[in-house]
Amino acid sequence: MKNLNSYYSSLLVFGFLLIWEAGARAYNKSFILPAPSEIALTLWELRSVLVLHHLPPTFLVIFIGLVLSILIGTGLAIWMNGNKVAEKTFYPIIIASQTIPIIALAPIFVLWFGYTIWSKVAVTVLITFFPITVSAFDGLRSSDKNLKELLLTMGASKKDLFFKLYVPSALPSFFSGLKVAVTLSVIGAAIGEWLGAQAGLGYFSRRMMTQFDGAAVFAPIVLLSAVGILLFLLVTWLEKTLLKWRKTG
Amino acid sequence: MIEPVLEFKRVSFDYKSEPLKDRVPILEDINFSVNDGEFISIIGPSGCGKSTIFRLITGLEEPGAGKIYRKGQQAIDRLGRVGYMPQQDLLMPWRTVFENAMLPLEIKGIKQNEAEEHVLKLLMDFGLKGSEKAYPGDLSGGMRQRLSFLRTILSGSNILLLDEPFSSLDAITRLTMQEWLLDQWQKLSKTILFITHDVDEALFLSDRIFVLSQKPNSLIKEVKVPLGRPRRVRDLGNLDVITLKEALIDELRPRTAT
Ligand SMILES: Nc1ncnc2c1ncn2[C@@H]1O[C@H](COP(=O)(O)OP(=O)(O)OP(=O)(O)O)[C@@H](O)[C@H]1O
Ligand SMILES: [Mg+2]
Repeated sequence: MKNLNSYYSSLLVFGFLLIWEAGARAYNKSFILPAPSEIALTLWELRSVLVLHHLPPTFLVIFIGLVLSILIGTGLAIWMNGNKVAEKTFYPIIIASQTIPIIALAPIFVLWFGYTIWSKVAVTVLITFFPITVSAFDGLRSSDKNLKELLLTMGASKKDLFFKLYVPSALPSFFSGLKVAVTLSVIGAAIGEWLGAQAGLGYFSRRMMTQFDGAAVFAPIVLLSAVGILLFLLVTWLEKTLLKWRKTG
Repeated sequence: MIEPVLEFKRVSFDYKSEPLKDRVPILEDINFSVNDGEFISIIGPSGCGKSTIFRLITGLEEPGAGKIYRKGQQAIDRLGRVGYMPQQDLLMPWRTVFENAMLPLEIKGIKQNEAEEHVLKLLMDFGLKGSEKAYPGDLSGGMRQRLSFLRTILSGSNILLLDEPFSSLDAITRLTMQEWLLDQWQKLSKTILFITHDVDEALFLSDRIFVLSQKPNSLIKEVKVPLGRPRRVRDLGNLDVITLKEALIDELRPRTAT
């Protein structure tokens, strides 16, 4: 079944690319709408500069951003789950933080952190910690009250409850949130780099925009989405290995 | 005189979660005592508070009035002292059969090798050998119940509270498990409290039967089973036992207004 699914979606993507190719050739203004074939060609030509020079800093932003988000998000979720006051205080703030237009806020991070990696990391954290916090919190809350009581009758300590009940109950939901977060992290890193950077895929794409090189604008974006897809697949794989008991499909 | 291992003195209880105005006392002025090594069955109509008695004994609930004694001492801190098998099997879906059985031993902090050996042997006895790597989601209702029962036994407590442990087993497996339970009870000299809806089961297994009547005034009536040990299933055909069984069934039937 799974193979069939990816077969249909490949077909759709291929069809879409075909139409794009035809449309771009007819329109014939490659600085506005480059054809997929041109983008592929540019990607190939720029491969070493993109992969060796611009990918590593972007990847570092994504990585640090995600790690911080996971630490802050799960930490906050665990705290809110254990403490009613913390929940009442932080939950509304976390929700409200999502209504802040992050792109508009991003320049402030430059003021705070300068053109260092931290201004980019801050943008990434701000958009990825939300799905992680909320999914971890919901997961923790979803644990079965009856199971908790049973563990208590066995003489379980707080630590036993946490590791043997709360964590396993929270994992399925946590992974759903993490999947959303890794795809968002790529966007966060790219936006962060638009603000100003010396290297990075987002920075490169924006620089090419000023040079009217349409194909070179798209090439790093293709690479960015490849990073996003790879991260997504990595999380899916982790989820499958850790949650073997779940019936899928 | 021998001291009872467990005693309820004038215990009353109602669930605090209900709004005050329509709160009905579930248990009112309950008295009973259980001696060391006794096998007690509790029967009563559905909803009369049998499972609630177990929640009180385990320490999940506190009595509204009255006291609970263990070995003559008032038992305040009761959690973690008895083996409790809840009415639903409550297995952890993320743990395999083997890992589920290991749970009480992990909590007690028993050494890994020792615990594993113990569990493997019992899995064999309970007909769960061969499915130890399966997840609860892949087990039949009867298998889940046996696993939950096994987990309770592994708690190693001297008092076992079993809430309808064999309700989803077929007649033959149920008989095997009943015989196994009696065998273990005699070997390990445990004290067992056993909730059931099945009067035959109660008669076959227990020394005494506690009968709870319908709430709000649930009173406990005690009945001694007129059978020696060891017992066989055909002993249930004794005249004494049949008369007792009919009396019990009458007791359980909802009173019709006359
Ligand atoms: N957590 C709870 N909160 C409020 N009321 C409850 C709770 N648990 C049980 N009750 C109520 O207490 C009463 C007794 O419940 P209990 O589970 O002890 O009955 P039972 O005798 O075990 O019934 P059954 O034979 O159907 O298992 C029921 O009327 C039930 O609605
Ligand atoms: Mg019950």
